[in-house]
Order: sequence, then C-alpha cells, then structure tokens
Amino acid sequence: MENFAALVYLAAAVLFILALRGLSHPESARQGLLLGMTGMGIAILTTLMLPTVSGWFLIIPAVAIGGGIGTYIANKIEMTSLPQLMAAFHSLVGLAAVFVAAAAFYNPQAFGIGTPDDIHLSSLIEMSLGLAIGAVTFTGSLIAWGKLQGKISGKPVVFGGQHVLNAALGALLLVLIVLLCITESGVFFWSIALVALALGVLMIIPIGGADMPVIVSMLNSYSGWAAAGIGFTLHNNLLIITGALVGASGAILSYIMCKGMNRSFFNVILGGFGGEQAAGGPSMEGRSAKIGAAEDAAYIMKNASSVIIVPGYGMAVAQAQHALREMGDILKKHGVDVKYAIHPVAGRMPGHMNVLLAEANVSYDEVFEMENINRDFAQADVAYVIGANDITNPAAKNDSSSPIYGMPVLDVEKAKTVLFVKRSMGSGYAGIDNPLFYADNTMMLLGDAKKMTENIIKAFE
Amino acid sequence: MEQTVNPDNAPLAAQLRQLSESAAELAAQADVAGGVAHGQPFLIMGLTVFILACFVGYHVVWRVTPALHSPLMGLTNAISSVIVVGAVIALGAAEASGFSKVLAFLAVALASVNIFGGFIITRRMLHMFKKKG
Repeated sequence: MENFAALVYLAAAVLFILALRGLSHPESARQGLLLGMTGMGIAILTTLMLPTVSGWFLIIPAVAIGGGIGTYIANKIEMTSLPQLMAAFHSLVGLAAVFVAAAAFYNPQAFGIGTPDDIHLSSLIEMSLGLAIGAVTFTGSLIAWGKLQGKISGKPVVFGGQHVLNAALGALLLVLIVLLCITESGVFFWSIALVALALGVLMIIPIGGADMPVIVSMLNSYSGWAAAGIGFTLHNNLLIITGALVGASGAILSYIMCKGMNRSFFNVILGGFGGEQAAGGPSMEGRSAKIGAAEDAAYIMKNASSVIIVPGYGMAVAQAQHALREMGDILKKHGVDVKYAIHPVAGRMPGHMNVLLAEANVSYDEVFEMENINRDFAQADVAYVIGANDITNPAAKNDSSSPIYGMPVLDVEKAKTVLFVKRSMGSGYAGIDNPLFYADNTMMLLGDAKKMTENIIKAFE
Repeated sequence: MEQTVNPDNAPLAAQLRQLSESAAELAAQADVAGGVAHGQPFLIMGLTVFILACFVGYHVVWRVTPALHSPLMGLTNAISSVIVVGAVIALGAAEASGFSKVLAFLAVALASVNIFGGFIITRRMLHMFKKKG
C-alpha cells in the first residue's frame, strides 16, 4: 500500500505540473484546472486509504467544514477583491503548515520520524524550517490582506532600526532552531513560531500598498517553500514537488513584478517606498492642465479611428470595468478600433487587470501586454487612461531625478490625444507628479472612473 | 506443476524453471539495491526531487501567459494546500495525543478551505477568459 500510495502521489505531482502547463493559453487552461483537481482528489483519497489512517470520523468533518467555508467564500467574493482573497488564502496555507509541523512534533510516530523525545535530527531541522516559513507566511499575508482590504493603512510603516531589528530576529530564529535540535523542547518549538510570527508582521508593514503585487507573489512563493519544508519533514515527495512548483511560480511572479517597476527585490522588501521621502522630481506648480468634460471626450473618441484603453488600479477601485467594456462596444459599433494595454504592475496582483476585463466580457484577444502594444501608441488617435498614473509617467523615461526613473512605462503620450481620467489633480502613489497631465495633447477628465465612463457613454447618444 | 507436464513440453518446463530461478535472483538483487536506497537518508532523495522540481516549475511557469497570472496564483494556492495529506495522516493516526489531534484537525480544515476556495476561484476566473466574436 505504501508503494502504491507513493506512485499515486507521483501521478498527482505530474497532474499538477500539467495543470500549470495548461495555463500557457486561456483555451487549455480550463482543462488544465481539471487535471489539477484530479491530482488533488486522488492524492487525498489515497491518503485516506493508507493503513496508518485508522479513522475518518474526524477527517470528514474537518474537510467538510473547511471545504464548505472555502466554497462559500470563493463563490461569493467580488473579482475586485481578488488580491486580498489571495493574501488571505496564502495566510491559511502558512497557518496550516504551522499546525502540521506542530502535529508532527507532538506525534512523530505517525510519520515514522522518531518518537516524541527522540526525533531524527534532519527531521527537526526540516520541521523548524517548515514551521518558521509557515509562520512568516501566515502573519505576513495577514498584514498584506489588511493593507489590501483597507483594514490597516496602505502607507508604509517605518521606524528607526527597523532593519536591524528584523536582522536580529532572523538571527534569533537560527539560534532557536539550533536549541530545538539540541534539546527537543516544546518551549523552543513555540518560541520559533512566535519569533517567526513577529518577523512576518515586521517584514510586511514597511511596504506600501502599490508594492503589493510583489508582496502577494512573494507570499505565494513562501507558501510553496513552507509546503516543501513540511514535505521534507514528513518524507513526502508529493509535498516537496508541489512546494517547489509553487515556490518557483511565486518567485518568478515576484521577479516579473519587480522588473515591471525597475526595482530590485531587496529594494521592495526593505520597504518605505511611497512614503514622504520618495517625493522628488521637478515641481509642476504653476503649470496648467487642460480639463475637459465627458462630452468632449465622447466627441474625440467617436471621431477617432483607434483607441487604446489603459486601465489601472483606480479602475478596480471604482469597479469601472463593465462601463468600460460598454464604452468599447459602442466605439466598435462606430468603426473605432479598440484595444486594451496592460502594464505588468497595473493593479494589486499579477494579472489583476486581465481578470477584471475578462469579468466584464472583454475578449482576451483585445487585451495586450505592454511589450506587444507599446509601439501602437504612436499610431493611435486616443489613449484613454483610466485609474492608472505612474505606469504612464513619461518622467520614468526622460527625467533621471524622478524616483521612478528607469521603470518601463506605457508610451501613452505618443497618442494624438491622451484622455486621462482621474479623481483629482493629485499625484500617484509614489508622490510623483506626472508631466503628462500638463502636456499639450492631454485632456484631463476629473471625476470617478466609473461615473466618467458612464457619462461618456451617455454623451455618445 | 511438473507432474502435469507431458514429455513434449519438458524442455519448455526446464526453461521456465530456469527463468523463475533467474527472476528470483534478480528480485534478491533488487532487494539489496532497495536496501541501499533505504539506507540513504531521505534528505538526499528529497533534495534531489526538490531541486529537479524547482527546475520543472521554473520552465513551466515561464510559459504561463501574463494574462493568466491571477489564475496561476489561484491554482498554486490550491495545490500548495496538498499539505492536507500530511495533516490527514496526523489526524488519522491511531495512537496520538489529544493535542496533536486538535492541531491536525485545524490543519485539515484550513487546508480544505484553500483547496476548495483556490480551485473554485480559479475556475471562476478561467471561465471568464473567453474569446468573443
């Protein structure tokens, strides 16, 4: 039976890999998801059949309770709340890892890794790693969730000696792991958990809301490493393989997000970006911007032959995606070519804008990634920027004193007319003024993203 | 077996016997080899699997289209909850203290939230990605 289970676990791991491969295209993705679900299903069923698993009377209710809650939440949640949902889910993986590590610590016989006061050394090390990473993932994701949900301020929390404190806690963690390996005492086990929980909080509080795409990806990665750590502890290859896949996936997403902001991973992790000190660049005081009304925008777009829509986080906040799609449909009826341009860090999680546009029924072949559409702005009549700011800032290209200098941006200023929907004339998250507002070919449309788009639709008629 | 063999088939029977002997020999050798594998600490095997899986993950994930990065996160979130396997073993163990059972129960419940939640939210997302017209 043990060998059979190992083979089924291998099959499950292969199914997980195929599920990830399916995501290379929207058409193959749904089939891939089915493979992933099958993999999970056979892994769990086989585990239930193991001779060491004696009774199901506790397992079934636990799965039913958890599964019921998960099903309810996933069906109810609004797509705009996706980033915080992901953060919340990551925190649960972290906490589950902590509990599994603890269960293994108090009942090592169940996994054949020793007896309560005589656990194998390698298992203790692996267990503490799974425990520590799980605990960091738990509290870190909780803070990220709070920031995304608006429960706590998205502003970075910075104080003197922050990095020294974090480094000291990290060192303390290593000392505690060594002590646990020597003494095998529960005191040190829970001390590791507490220090790691504190570290998770301290690591995420200095990071600003707009850096959340990196953080959500990083925590995704951590949840994978935690699972792998548990896999080492329990001598289970399926957990190790899956953990490595998830860990690699999150790491790649973090890398892509960092590249999208032209910042190093460490620069993001050290935090503080978006605070007072980040403001820079020449002041735009005294320059005047052209401010237009919905009717002007409607007139310009109706007479255009091509419009590129550039959505940002503001579109998600205002839930403007449905109105936006409606506007696109009307424009298409007037013979206007409509495309959507997505910056890698638009929104609060990787692919955030794509999901929202898909929700609003925008065909995925009208939605383009930055590198595939940036050349088209020069030929476009209108760039309709809605809820985005820094990702369109030309200062990133030509002003070396700007804090976002070097960040890849969408070349919206090359369009004949830029329609910029914005709530007020304030600056973006990084406190950076956008010279685009004052450009000759820019018309500012001040107002809520959704209301403004709806007013434009009305003005079409 | 041999009593029922008729004379014509005698050479075949001899060959069969030979075959079964060599099979037994091979099995014994495999046992020894298996023993060596067991003798090796799991850490080495685990590390081998881990590093190779990292490479597989690296190559598979780079091929994921950026438009599907959110579903990717939902899917990885669901599959990382495969730690439920460990939690189920701990919860189903016959001789276990009450405390470790409580921990395992919580772990199974939390991981289940993620498995169901992660797969369902991913399904919802993927069903929205359609080509129109």
